[in-house]
Amino acid sequence: MLASLSVVLLLAGAAFFLGGSVGMLRFPDVYTRLHALTKADNLGLGLVVLGLMLQAESLAAVGKLFVIWLLLLAASATASQLVASWAQENGFAPWRG
Amino acid sequence: MAWLTGLPLAVDLVLGTTLLWLAWRALSSPDLFQAVALFIAFGVILGLVWARLDTIDIALAEIALGAGVTGALLLAALSQLQPAEVDARAAPSATGANEHQAGQPGQTAETADADEAQHKPAVFRALLAAVMGLLLLAALFGLGLVTWQLWEPSSGLTQQVNTHLPESGVEHPVTAVLLNFRGYDTLLEIAVLLLALIGVWSLATASNLGDTTPEPVLAALSRLLAPLMILVAAYLVWVGAHAPGGAFQAGSVLGAAGVLLRLSGWRLPAGAAGWPLRLVLALGVAVFAFIGIAVIGLGEPLLGYPTAWAKHAILVIELAATLSIGAILASLFIGGRP
Amino acid sequence: MQYFYFALILFLLLTLVAGLWRIRRGPTPADRMLAAQLFGTTAAAILLVLAEVSDAPALRDVALVLALLAAITVTAFTRRARISLPPGDDDAR
Repeated sequence: MLASLSVVLLLAGAAFFLGGSVGMLRFPDVYTRLHALTKADNLGLGLVVLGLMLQAESLAAVGKLFVIWLLLLAASATASQLVASWAQENGFAPWRG
Repeated sequence: MAWLTGLPLAVDLVLGTTLLWLAWRALSSPDLFQAVALFIAFGVILGLVWARLDTIDIALAEIALGAGVTGALLLAALSQLQPAEVDARAAPSATGANEHQAGQPGQTAETADADEAQHKPAVFRALLAAVMGLLLLAALFGLGLVTWQLWEPSSGLTQQVNTHLPESGVEHPVTAVLLNFRGYDTLLEIAVLLLALIGVWSLATASNLGDTTPEPVLAALSRLLAPLMILVAAYLVWVGAHAPGGAFQAGSVLGAAGVLLRLSGWRLPAGAAGWPLRLVLALGVAVFAFIGIAVIGLGEPLLGYPTAWAKHAILVIELAATLSIGAILASLFIGGRP
Repeated sequence: MQYFYFALILFLLLTLVAGLWRIRRGPTPADRMLAAQLFGTTAAAILLVLAEVSDAPALRDVALVLALLAAITVTAFTRRARISLPPGDDDAR
């Protein structure tokens, strides 16, 4: 039961990673591609971590997995903010239709 | 379902091919920024390759250095190169114009000679490329042959290391090799890092990467991450006694903390930038060399610690080395003598 | 279960390789850095699954370090001196 739930979560995470990559390739400009990146971080990694947590051998391992996810959330949120303001200051206009 | 057994092999093949492709692209890209971005990706893939090879210590060092310091270092170098890069872009078009003039009807003997001189290197270059290509192919063939002959998995020195592990003072074989059995390797590596920093201090000017006030998000991130990095560095030294970790990995994380702090506008207080900084920079080599030589007085060989307190010797050396490596890496990023 | 994990790793690896195209193409430096950031996240996920499949908990420490340092490169990039190209020029390429 736990194992199959874990598989479902891992597959869902993988789907978001696929979405992130497709978005990274297909979206038209920097600002929209930020969106693709954060989907992979928030949900892709989040679901993979959740799936692995169900298989983890100890509470400490669960905690470490959770911390890894939180750290990457902070990293990618900050990175997105910094890149967006960099792009704006350098005069890249957002894509319009 | 026989194809399923091929999955690990498929993973390894994709990793290997991507690694080679990235190496080639990073070296051959004419756009320096793209080369840096590809090199950062190369570091990540290399970390995964080490992880697949079960050399977790190296994977840890590669990821810590690649993600934390090397990328930032290359970007800092790039921003110092920027004016030169613009010059380089302008230069080819200038020579192109000259060549165009040389091809005009009113050609003098002098320019014809110049044409001849330009022609010769082209043939010469092709010849050189052919010779180099042949040599490389031969070397590749030789390497392949040797690998083929060595294909029988040999136990190497693993057996020897495991037999002597109890005498080393630590439980993790890699740490035992690095800090005890082959301590001089590690000592010299730290010395090389120190020499590199002396070189940078003699030649470079400090980068201006963190001079402007940081955005609030960045300030918040460095307040969150810098203490965690110091904590993780301490954890990696501690865990190195019985699992992958150790001074270089911890030092890299510590160095990354320095890089992040510098990027968010932090500066070493003026009082600490003089001899206190130099003391920390030299601490690793000094402590390592001192203990290594002092044991001679106890009748041991150079760098051979008595088993009774090998554990404590290694711990002291690792702590000093971690501090030094961290300080050296951060100083390398900042560049220029403070 | 082993093979499921390896299939997952292979899948994640392939999405990562697909992201390389963005690092190659750009067009702006910001695009390349974003793709590199995605690279790091995907690699962390791969390391975590690999830790599970090869029963090597130490690989989680590698992922931890990767997560901890993931923001540094992008930060260094955005703190660089402003680029000198005329605005908008790069986007059109």
